[in-house]
Amino acid sequence: MSTRHILLGLLSSGPSHGYDLKRRHDERFPQARPLAYGQVYTTLQRLVRDALAEVEGTDSDGGPERTVYRATEDGERELARWAGETAPPAPFVANEIFAKVVVAILSGGDPAAYLLRQRDAHMARMRELTKVKTTPGADLATVLSADYALSHLDADLRWMTTTADRLSTLTAEVTAR
Amino acid sequence: MSATTEPLLAARDLVKAHGRTDALRGASAELHAGEVLAVTGPSGSGKSTLLHCMAGILRPDGGSVHYEGLRLDTCTEDRLSALRRTDFGVVFQFGQLIPELTLTDNVALPLMLAGTSRREARARAGEWLGRFGVGDRADARPGELSGGQAQRGALARALVTGPRVVFADEPTGALDSLAGEQVMTELVSAARASGAAVLLVTHDARVAAYADREIRLADGRAAVTEGAV
Repeated sequence: MSTRHILLGLLSSGPSHGYDLKRRHDERFPQARPLAYGQVYTTLQRLVRDALAEVEGTDSDGGPERTVYRATEDGERELARWAGETAPPAPFVANEIFAKVVVAILSGGDPAAYLLRQRDAHMARMRELTKVKTTPGADLATVLSADYALSHLDADLRWMTTTADRLSTLTAEVTAR
Repeated sequence: MSATTEPLLAARDLVKAHGRTDALRGASAELHAGEVLAVTGPSGSGKSTLLHCMAGILRPDGGSVHYEGLRLDTCTEDRLSALRRTDFGVVFQFGQLIPELTLTDNVALPLMLAGTSRREARARAGEWLGRFGVGDRADARPGELSGGQAQRGALARALVTGPRVVFADEPTGALDSLAGEQVMTELVSAARASGAAVLLVTHDARVAAYADREIRLADGRAAVTEGAV
């Protein structure tokens, strides 16, 4: 996930300061990990260094003085390029679950029991996300974020079911080498 | 909804064969008042048979089904029919609405069978159809409805009598994913609003995630149960 492009995207709707960008990011992407302030400021400094954003001035608004940033023309061009570019469909997703199954086989553990526990954990999370998105008044951004996570968890579950059905073959293959 | 209260509906050690195939081999499940329970498992694991036995549609070959102190597996057919009219609502994968009747008359039918006047039954059917967003299709026959509309009609028919238990067997199985999500949201919110418990059979984890709790069947037995009780 490119924080730099997302912040640039938020800046493209008008000049803004770091605190405001963080708040808008967390609102816009409700199920994403909230941005840390430190990360926001570091990213803004890099955008300025690369001439994709510039300092417009300061704004105190009665409180502490804040640096206001705006996107440059180069920034707008870079943003358009990035937003239109397809994300690479990952050829191999980093798969901790598969790693644990293989390690369990190698170390004489119980991969079937592990897969059942993992399935329970996935289902529990899916129930939580379903509650989040079906809460009356949930906005569409929340529903779509939850749906994205649910689709991925569901894909994991399908993979775990298939893997559980093929554990004896996998065990033979892993232990033969 | 706690482990210490008596379940509303309880199946114990159910055995049921279809011909030579053992569908259930000692399956047990408990449904508490007001909860949504998902029964999941691969095809052939016996989940639909479990639902049919718990709804009194099928009689098990062995084991027992208790509903509020009544033995469903041994009580008379008359008693079962009465119970299915007043206390139970059922939704299947394909709505199974009666093709010759309008949507309103389909929904009104269970009320009329229970003795409500036609006028009153149709009025209440209309309210439920409105609640599920298909009030404007009230005069359509099932053949003129989309899958999602027909399934909303089936939900209305299952809930119109104010049942204490709704049995839903793959209720989204014939719908595309968005229509399926909408039907599940409406089913669960309507059941929660009226205090009905739901026994939900599904092979789809995303549908099962609407439930409070899950029982997983494998080879005709409850393998694992999880979630908050």
